[in-house]
Amino acid sequence: MRTMFFTQAVDDALAQAMADDPRIIVMGEDIPLLRRNLLVRFGPERVRGTPISESAFLGAGVAAAMAGLRPVVEMYMVDFLGVCMDALLNHAAKVEAFSDGKWTAPVVVRAPCGGGYGDGGQHEQSLWGWLAHIPGLTVLVPSTPADAGGLMLAALQYDGPVIFLEHKLLSETWLEFLGSGARRTVQYDVPAEGAQGAVPQNWKPVPIGKAVLRRTGDDVTIVSVGVGAHRALKAAQALETEGISAGVLDLRTVTPLDKTAVREAVAQTGHLLVVDEDYEGFGLSGELSAVVLEAGISCKYARVCTQTTIPYARHLEDKVLPNRERICNSVRQLIQ
Amino acid sequence: MPPDKWSLYALMLKSRLFEEAIAQLWHNGLISGEMHLGTGEEGIIAGVVAQLREGDAMALDHRGSAALLMRGVDPVLILRELLGHPDGLCGGMGGHMHLFSKEHLAASSGIVGAEGPTAVGFALASQYSRAGAVAVAFFGEGAMNQGMLMESMNLASVWNLPVLFVCKDDSWSITTQSGKATGGDLYDRARGLGVPAVEVDGCDVSAVWEASHSAIESARSGQGPTFLHASCVHFEGHFLGFQLLRIVRDPLREMPKVAGPLTQSLLWTSGTSVRKRLKGVKTVIGTVLSTMRDPRKDLTNDPIRRARADLQSESERLQELEDNIENEINNILASAVVEKPS
Repeated sequence: MRTMFFTQAVDDALAQAMADDPRIIVMGEDIPLLRRNLLVRFGPERVRGTPISESAFLGAGVAAAMAGLRPVVEMYMVDFLGVCMDALLNHAAKVEAFSDGKWTAPVVVRAPCGGGYGDGGQHEQSLWGWLAHIPGLTVLVPSTPADAGGLMLAALQYDGPVIFLEHKLLSETWLEFLGSGARRTVQYDVPAEGAQGAVPQNWKPVPIGKAVLRRTGDDVTIVSVGVGAHRALKAAQALETEGISAGVLDLRTVTPLDKTAVREAVAQTGHLLVVDEDYEGFGLSGELSAVVLEAGISCKYARVCTQTTIPYARHLEDKVLPNRERICNSVRQLIQ
Repeated sequence: MPPDKWSLYALMLKSRLFEEAIAQLWHNGLISGEMHLGTGEEGIIAGVVAQLREGDAMALDHRGSAALLMRGVDPVLILRELLGHPDGLCGGMGGHMHLFSKEHLAASSGIVGAEGPTAVGFALASQYSRAGAVAVAFFGEGAMNQGMLMESMNLASVWNLPVLFVCKDDSWSITTQSGKATGGDLYDRARGLGVPAVEVDGCDVSAVWEASHSAIESARSGQGPTFLHASCVHFEGHFLGFQLLRIVRDPLREMPKVAGPLTQSLLWTSGTSVRKRLKGVKTVIGTVLSTMRDPRKDLTNDPIRRARADLQSESERLQELEDNIENEINNILASAVVEKPS
């Protein structure tokens, strides 16, 4: 076993895949500097910088995938997908259906996401629910280095478009690049277990669409993803001292959703709390309530999500994003 | 009408001292996330903003503090916003990339190129209901490759809208040298869309003032848009804590962090040919070397020093002006940097 930081693990798995599969290329803005370690190993034909032209290079990535390459297209932030959504919404997601399954676009869109470092509501969104809403897209949100590397490998082997989201609080490089700028005068609430951890000697794919039960609990099931899963684990530890037993299910994949794991866990506890850093309305948290209702499971339900545009000021942002205190309060109310 | 060099110098100096204070607050950890300053582009901002009057609009990019300050937005409100105060310009909700002042028709965005559609929309409203008013878009040359900006220039052209598209060209798109990511010539590109284009040295505030004066007067009188291409240098790179500048300024601390993993990747057995690997190394080193040959060291690229040289003959007046501005900034800091209510 080796130990790696989160983004280091993603890059390492990507490098392993690139060594095995010459079809994989990487492109995006500032990639020669951001992925310099891949550049010097695989050369400038496979690791390319782009102009600030998201519509062009994401659209091109989709078509290059249709034509036989395995492109990894990097976005500076998931928020910036707003500029080029057409390539995903109307093209990548539709190719397989329109061609009656004869043609696919195996492109991986890699993008940092999430807040907690004071960059404001145009640069800290999660948006995985918005993306997962579209049939034909696969959306991955790993929460540990081991899952991040394994899911990146799975994404590269998958025969359709995959959005791979890296939470900036977990990413050692993004948090330094966009947050601290190497300052020692700022602090962020980084989940240590997510930012660094044991990874396999050789990467194997982590199956897409498989949730993992991070903690068992009898009274309530907390379902979350990304940094939210770590916040839920901290809350579960705190609740234990009050005699409340909370389980934590980390989805890892937003779509395809692991409905079986959700139903099994909730059927046992009869209480479902969703912790979702993405927006509350019309998203993952509501979808999870449908998953249990459709299965005829009787349970009490609550959610801790982001309800508004994320404020710039850190003290306001900390209240808007799901935090341990809000999770604990919701659990207490839920099981009353 | 010639530009008033004294008032342009005052605008630029106030902005520079204001932003240097912001940098200090950022380094001290009072500002959490990214911070893009406009230090080095004051000549462009001052030369253009000095022309604006009631009813004119501004579409700003992610470094809009200087333009707002020069347009007359209360600097205490800007600073409190950056510090996340509830009584900041945007109640602590926006931050430096998302500054808005409805009263001044000024809107910022952190999305590269978004200034194009915004300025066009402001100009459409002017053309329809405030004849004589103009809209200005400030953006970098990296944004010129963004589709929505090119589309906006075409729209302004065909609708003959009163827009001044101001391209602040520092030749870097974050860590990418813009020349390597841009086809053709920006001047020709604008002209190809039917937008008259003017090139100007952005470090010469008087030249910017004169070029933008003609363009804005032309827009006010219904002659349509102009593209102003102005060169400049960003003294802090893309943003504070910029990795490329850290490597140059503190190589002993920063180089080992970069060089170790880089060497490891270079020596991996599986990968591309040695020739292609060396090409990759050349790209990385080339980027660092370009930063080291950086025009930041050439003082003639500082619009404030350039403007000051013209005023030195009146040393007493200059001294008094500089003392006043310094006092003003100190007072702004004193009123803005107060205990934040939790």
